[in-house]
Amino acid sequence: MNSGLINANPIVYGKKERRARTAPVDVDEYAAEPIDQLEIFDHIRDIKDPEHPYSLEELKVITEDAIEVDDTKSHVRVAFTPTVEHCSMATVIGLCLRVKLMRCLPPRYKVDISVAPGTHATEAAVNKQLNDKERVAAALENPNLVDMVDECLAPSYE
Amino acid sequence: MADPTQWVKHVELYVNSSSTAAQQEASVDAIANLLKNDLLTLEALVREMEMYLTTTDSIIRSRGILLLAELLTQLRSKRLNDASIESLIGFFTERLADWKALRGAIVGCLSLLRRKSHVGVVTDDKVKAVVQSYLQNLQVQSLGQHDRKLCFQLMECLLDRYPAAVRDLGDNLIYGICEAIDGERDPQCLMLSFRIVEILAGLFPGPSGPLADFAGDLFGILGCYFPIHFTHPKEEDVDVKREELSRALMLTYASTPLFAPFSIPLLLEKLSSSLPLTKVESFKYLSYCTSKYGVDRMAEHFETLWSSVKDATYVSPQTNLSTEVGFMSEMGFQDSDIMKQAFVLLQELVQQSNGSFISLILDDEDIKIFMNSLNQYEDFDNIPIDIRQRLHAVGRIISVCVNTSIASCNKVFESFFPLLMTYLGLSVAEPHENSCLAEDYNPPGRLNFGALYLCVEVLSACRYLVGSDELTPIPDFANQTWCVMLHNVSKSLATVFVSLLRSNVAENSQNAYICYGVKGLQNLAMFPGSLLAVSKSTYDSILLKLMSVVTSDINKTFLWTLAMNALVEIGSFLDKCPDSERLSSYESIVVEKIFSLISSDDLTMPVSLKLQAAFEIGATGINFMLRVVEGLDEAISATLSAVYAHGNRKSVEPTIKLLEYYSNKVLPWFHKSGGSEEIPLNFALSIWDKIENNRSFNLDSLENELLDATMMAMKQAVGSCSEGSQEKIINKALGVLLSSNCLEWMKSISGNTQSEVEGLQQIHKLDSFAIRDEWITSLIASIVIALCPQTYIQNGKFILQFFITTLLNGHVPSAQALGSLVNKLPLKITGTPLSKNLCLDEAVDMIFHSCIWTSYNGSTYERGSSEIDLSSLRLCSLSPESDKIHATIGLAWIGKGLLMRGHEKVKDITMTLLNCMISDGDRGSLPNSKHPSLVCNDEDLHHQLMKSAADAFHIIMSDSESCLNKRYHATIRPLYKQRFSNTVMPILSTLMLKYDSPSIRSMLCRAIAYVVSDTPLTAILSEAKKLIPLLLDCLSMMVEDITNKEIIYSVLLVISGILVDKNGQDAVAENAHSIVNQLIELTTYPHMMVIRETAVQCLVAVSELPHTRIYPLRTQVLRAMLKALDDPKWVVRQEAVRCRQAWASIASRSLHF
Repeated sequence: MNSGLINANPIVYGKKERRARTAPVDVDEYAAEPIDQLEIFDHIRDIKDPEHPYSLEELKVITEDAIEVDDTKSHVRVAFTPTVEHCSMATVIGLCLRVKLMRCLPPRYKVDISVAPGTHATEAAVNKQLNDKERVAAALENPNLVDMVDECLAPSYE
Repeated sequence: MADPTQWVKHVELYVNSSSTAAQQEASVDAIANLLKNDLLTLEALVREMEMYLTTTDSIIRSRGILLLAELLTQLRSKRLNDASIESLIGFFTERLADWKALRGAIVGCLSLLRRKSHVGVVTDDKVKAVVQSYLQNLQVQSLGQHDRKLCFQLMECLLDRYPAAVRDLGDNLIYGICEAIDGERDPQCLMLSFRIVEILAGLFPGPSGPLADFAGDLFGILGCYFPIHFTHPKEEDVDVKREELSRALMLTYASTPLFAPFSIPLLLEKLSSSLPLTKVESFKYLSYCTSKYGVDRMAEHFETLWSSVKDATYVSPQTNLSTEVGFMSEMGFQDSDIMKQAFVLLQELVQQSNGSFISLILDDEDIKIFMNSLNQYEDFDNIPIDIRQRLHAVGRIISVCVNTSIASCNKVFESFFPLLMTYLGLSVAEPHENSCLAEDYNPPGRLNFGALYLCVEVLSACRYLVGSDELTPIPDFANQTWCVMLHNVSKSLATVFVSLLRSNVAENSQNAYICYGVKGLQNLAMFPGSLLAVSKSTYDSILLKLMSVVTSDINKTFLWTLAMNALVEIGSFLDKCPDSERLSSYESIVVEKIFSLISSDDLTMPVSLKLQAAFEIGATGINFMLRVVEGLDEAISATLSAVYAHGNRKSVEPTIKLLEYYSNKVLPWFHKSGGSEEIPLNFALSIWDKIENNRSFNLDSLENELLDATMMAMKQAVGSCSEGSQEKIINKALGVLLSSNCLEWMKSISGNTQSEVEGLQQIHKLDSFAIRDEWITSLIASIVIALCPQTYIQNGKFILQFFITTLLNGHVPSAQALGSLVNKLPLKITGTPLSKNLCLDEAVDMIFHSCIWTSYNGSTYERGSSEIDLSSLRLCSLSPESDKIHATIGLAWIGKGLLMRGHEKVKDITMTLLNCMISDGDRGSLPNSKHPSLVCNDEDLHHQLMKSAADAFHIIMSDSESCLNKRYHATIRPLYKQRFSNTVMPILSTLMLKYDSPSIRSMLCRAIAYVVSDTPLTAILSEAKKLIPLLLDCLSMMVEDITNKEIIYSVLLVISGILVDKNGQDAVAENAHSIVNQLIELTTYPHMMVIRETAVQCLVAVSELPHTRIYPLRTQVLRAMLKALDDPKWVVRQEAVRCRQAWASIASRSLHF
């Protein structure tokens, strides 16, 4: 790990309100509620930033608009915005997003994680790394990395 | 006299530094007791302790002195002679110089000085000596926290109790106190030191006294504490709160005007702080100081004060648009704390200053410019948000000035009101100049919103001024300038407001105008009539306008609600300050209109709105409500006759609404406001009158909803009557019943009571008895359901017999009435036993021996279950199955009534029901041959009978809305559910073991599910181990049938209750495997989302069980969760994520991706 923080003083934004449970009256029991943007966002908004005690939502690393989802085609694409261009944490954040979504979505889904275009110095490299099955699997074999990912994911399960 | 050896050992124990605190306390108590009972004199004690008090070992000496001091504290209420007090205080005074043994000396002084006068007090000379010694010897700030606290307590006591003695010390005293409190930091000590300064300031009030010289120094010490701010809010010093400390400091600041030259500049300076808390505190202190220092001291700061108030409210206002979308949403700013405090200060200044401050405000250039620029912002939508904030601030400033005093109100009116009126196109000079405004006046273009807003604010502030009770004697408002001005314009003002409501423009853009138009009208209407500000004709026209909105503008919801609220406000204002003229106007315009609205069947206004308006207006005063109820009664009786006599289908729905409103709103309102019971009594009687007078009903039997609503209203009405009125109602009802056809119909049956078969057949033929009779029966049942236990029922036996007969026709309310009867009947009849009176045992006998079922002695189970061998009822085997079903339902309600009062006969009923459920094999013995017509669907009917027997347990266990509850005066023994469950569950579980037939088992499961889901969880937890397998059986049995989903859900809730409880978890551990299997099956239950959700939640709870039990189940659960993650419902998926995480993390962190 670097000795100093990569972005020592990030801007913290507010949180959006949560989706409230609809009252159980006159709900159609058999109507399907397809997985939508907001649901994906709910899964990942509380993931903690690897170097700050703030959530990715608070740092605007992810926003609802940066998520594309197609339930019929079983496909999700998440574009995230690192807080600074040279952020070396981008891969860790991406890995967290991927692990979290793998755990939360049904197996039929394909997940694409990418850095939002033009927000990172080594965009192509990061994207390649994040969508390479072998490298993701290898990363998850590394106990240090897994600990780090689990720590970041912990708040999102509460 | 006590033996010295006895108590000396206590002294030694106390002095010994190695003994524990409890021992020391005990020894103090022991010696104090000796002293109190005069077994030991103080002199003897002191003499004996001499060594301890004078030794050179400072530790022992300090303990010794402390002991003496503690003893004196305990002897505070025992009389001591002057000589001993004198010598003791002398001793302690002297010891104050002994810094090594200080605590004892301070405690000693304190306990002697705090003595009440009748038990001997210290003389002033000695007090002076104490103070001198204190000032000379004590270096307070070099002591520890506890000693400092004691020192401050001593000083507070001296100042508080002996002001005359200490006053002479003058400068010395003040100097000493300055020295003592300088640099204090501990919150508790600070509380004391603030208090000391406050008392000190009271001692030397004069401007030329010693305090005057020291005021600067003293304030120098105090000044640095402002504002009180705790940097570590959660420290252990929770005993002193920030608010308390801040308040103490504020009292100190305001304690003497001598501080004014120092405190006011400090506080003003702090106002520029960036910390919001500091600003709030500064304003708070300033307002308090203003009230204490007096206006002379403050006068020199007026300009600065005004500019700071203006700064906080007008120049940079800190308001939030309030989030709630209410009527004021357009201008609904919420003042911040700073602004609130600033307005408090403003009010204080205006009140104190006698006019000089108000002219400062009125002459302020910024305010003037703002007022003059109002016409720039004519259209509300074009006003930018910051201007709106300013408008709000100016409005608040002006209203503070107005509502503070009459003089300031006059001044505001003189300077601003003409201007505002000019903006609105009016003149304040003479009323007739505005006469050009015709009734249908329309504002030219758009009205100036700013002026409108300020005008309404001023009006409501005036109203507040008039309404405040502090003005005694009540001043002559009518001749005040403002009142005259208002009088001149009130009529035209009302016209302007009215014109705002008339606008035809799309509602949304006009919200703010409408809102303030209505508010203005409301304010105008709420000036007392004695004020002459608003004339009667104006008042009337306001009410007329609002009423016309309520009656005609029903589509403009926003306007309608506003007008309704305004009328309600005006009504409740009248209720508070009655004014005969206004009252009569209100009654004739509003209440009468409402009255005619409800009693007419004019359908232009929806019934629900009519009723809402009626109830809201009525609720403002009892007299209004009585009138409204009169209208309601008329309306109900009119529509009911329309329905009864002419079969008018159109009136059915409004009637239902009327009745519902009556039972849901009106009756509870009377009940709550302690109104007379005449209303419900008359209501019930009038309904019976209606039925009596309409001999034939032109009704379809389909109008069940109307019957239900009537029954509901009847129950409510009877339930809120006293016993006497209830008797009247039931007697009336009986009269109607006896004169109806029901009776003949009854007779035709009762003649044949003994020859059951024929009788029952006859009932069967008569099974659709006339509509009117059904109404009568149902309504009598409703009365009986709602009776009080004390109410005497004439002719009880007849009623009972009647209900038993109707019950067999499948009339459920009769069954409920029977249940209520047996629940409430007295155990024994007191007084003269008349043959027609009814007591419980008699009633129960009658029920059990009636024709529908026979009392049966002997083994009830054909298959020889000898353990349930008691006298039990048995449904008459001769009657057709459909009647048995009705009888079962009847039994269920009767059983519920008996169970709730704790009667033992409920056992017999339970047995009958159980018998019914397991009677699958009995069919062969049924005399089917007698009813050939029934053979074909016999199978089906029998199944239904079993089912209704099982459902009977639901009736028995669950709380009912329609009868047998608190509202209808049921007798409820505590824990009755638990008791029933404890008796029935073992029987049901043995039966489950005994029978294999799937149909019987499914019925048993049903019954078990019903009983368990209504049993309190605590009772279930103790039996959890036995119950869990049963419940799992139930679930697997019931999953097949889609109609069972509610039962499945309630059983699942019981299981989840067991799973999350600590004791429950122990019980379920060994069944973990089967539980998990069953839960996994339910996670895919397609018919109800909450079942899937709860099943997943239960699985989360299972993951908390011991690892050895659940580890093998892990893969199974995870596989099921993969499916649940793809659930059609969002909520289930959400839970599935949690569940998956919980199970994935119990063993290793790697998941099966």
